Amino acid sequence: METKLKYYLQIADNALILSHRLSENCSKGPFLEEDLATTNVALDLIGCAESIYEEVALQEGKGKLGDYFAYRRKENEFLNVILVEQPNGDFAHLMVRQFFIDVFHFYFFTELMNSMDDFLKGLAHKTIKEVTYHLKRSSEWMVRLGKGTEESKHRTQVAINKFWKYTHEFFIENIVDKAMLDNEMGVDLAKIQKDWKLKVDEIFYLAHFSIPSNDFSIKGGKDGVHSENLGYILCEMQFLPSKYPDAIW
Amino acid sequence: MKNKDNQGELWEVFIQSKAGQPYKHAGSVHAYDREMAIDNARDAYTRRGEGTGLWVVKSKEIVAVTPNEEGYFFDPANDKVYRHPTFYEMPEGVKQM
Repeated sequence: METKLKYYLQIADNALILSHRLSENCSKGPFLEEDLATTNVALDLIGCAESIYEEVALQEGKGKLGDYFAYRRKENEFLNVILVEQPNGDFAHLMVRQFFIDVFHFYFFTELMNSMDDFLKGLAHKTIKEVTYHLKRSSEWMVRLGKGTEESKHRTQVAINKFWKYTHEFFIENIVDKAMLDNEMGVDLAKIQKDWKLKVDEIFYLAHFSIPSNDFSIKGGKDGVHSENLGYILCEMQFLPSKYPDAIW
Repeated sequence: MKNKDNQGELWEVFIQSKAGQPYKHAGSVHAYDREMAIDNARDAYTRRGEGTGLWVVKSKEIVAVTPNEEGYFFDPANDKVYRHPTFYEMPEGVKQM
């Protein structure tokens, strides 16, 4: 597959898999309004993923539908970062995972608005509005949890410590990222890493959280090497098209 | 915990559908604080392009007429036709008045 289309899939797969995780939480939120708000984020993300899959299908020109990329690919063909596969756990885990990815998405799509690729540029302009709101909401939650009760602060710090090792992968430049940066269609991940760190520092300062000192890093998702969680996600997500390949609405 | 069902206080939501139009009551949401109230109102009521403006206010801060006050508050207006500007023709093209 062409490098550019792999880059498209890296973006789309992050959105799809995180959306699936958030959709698992539907009807399990702590109260109605919060349930609705998290599910709305899931809807934004699946909308983003779908528009990219349609474009990949179009540009690839092999007569596939966008759905193919969600429902017919195998685990090692998914190019999402490993953080988005991680289970929801308690509300603190769900929100910390969301915060880390929202900060990344915010700076990623901000930079992507300067892409020389028309599709990515258009996608970035549309998506930045959604992720700006996602970041506002998850940042507020981080501060609320940090300044809430002893228990909310403790649980959230536990989630931070657990997910920290998955965040470095956002910024590891693989062959696809490098090629796209060189031809001015992709973003500079080193720059985004600096912005990401500054934002996380700011919110952690406001919320009284500490940055884990352990810089151990888990990576591989962007090249198709995943945690065991992705297999279970795909098993559920792809069940129907696998069992009834010709099913239509 | 102030609220035994643990979903925060009740807030009333007002939406402005177009610039220049009055804000209209849309419903209510639960939230712990101001930011959460406006976020929840946005997610519950304006995700399909319903509004250009949004207000939230704590339900307990709204001053309202109680049912046993209704009589002396509202009834005296009923028989005074001269209080209503019904003798004017509406100019053509005026949509909101």
